[in-house]
Amino acid sequence: MLATRALRLLGKRAISTSVCVRGGHGVAKIEAYTLPAYFDRRENPLPDICYVQDLSAEQASLKEKEQGSWAALSNEEKVGLYRISFKQSFAEMGEATAEWKSVIGGVLFVVGFTGLIVVWQRKYVYGPVPHTFDPEWKAKELQRMLDMRMNPVEGLAAKWDSENKQWKK
Amino acid sequence: MSLQKPLMRGLLAKRLRFHVPIAFALSMLTAVGWKYGVTEPRKQAYAEFYKHYDATKEFTAMREAGIFESVRPKGE
Repeated sequence: MLATRALRLLGKRAISTSVCVRGGHGVAKIEAYTLPAYFDRRENPLPDICYVQDLSAEQASLKEKEQGSWAALSNEEKVGLYRISFKQSFAEMGEATAEWKSVIGGVLFVVGFTGLIVVWQRKYVYGPVPHTFDPEWKAKELQRMLDMRMNPVEGLAAKWDSENKQWKK
Repeated sequence: MSLQKPLMRGLLAKRLRFHVPIAFALSMLTAVGWKYGVTEPRKQAYAEFYKHYDATKEFTAMREAGIFESVRPKGE
């Protein structure tokens, strides 16, 4: 209703503005996204506009009947009037959709694609690892860790049998 | 045609009556499980380790391995 009122105002202004054009421009075109929109939201139960804006002949006659006594309306007519104003009832709004499947599928797809990018990156972008990753160096590192008894109670050195120089069975 | 009037009050109380006992039970279970699954074995492990721990022997072994900077192995 607000939109129709605004448009009517603008119609009047358009006539006068076409005579006195400011800076070479006329009145700005009203974009659809600036007008009130219809949303099915639990927290906003009465949206700004009715769902059906262009009434069919049947719906128009229903609206006429609405002007009279509401007790005279049948149940189907009441539902018809409801459907003119609203798209989904609260019960329909709360229904589960199958959207989660698309979401999971999309997420997995993107993760997989990221994996491909990571593999390519490891092969073509990164240089060689430092020399401290050589197996001999790593062996010497481990020996040193065992020598200094790292985590001797529950951790690394606890699993090492220092007398027999082997891992505990 | 007329619908049943929906619940208007006591919604939080109803939710709490259901969820708080479950939360309490799960928390207690986690705490007890942690105590007897993690901390008690850990205390036992430490007690066992230090029961027959010879500090001097360990120190000598470490020194001979050459990891210290303040004391070098006996040979050097």
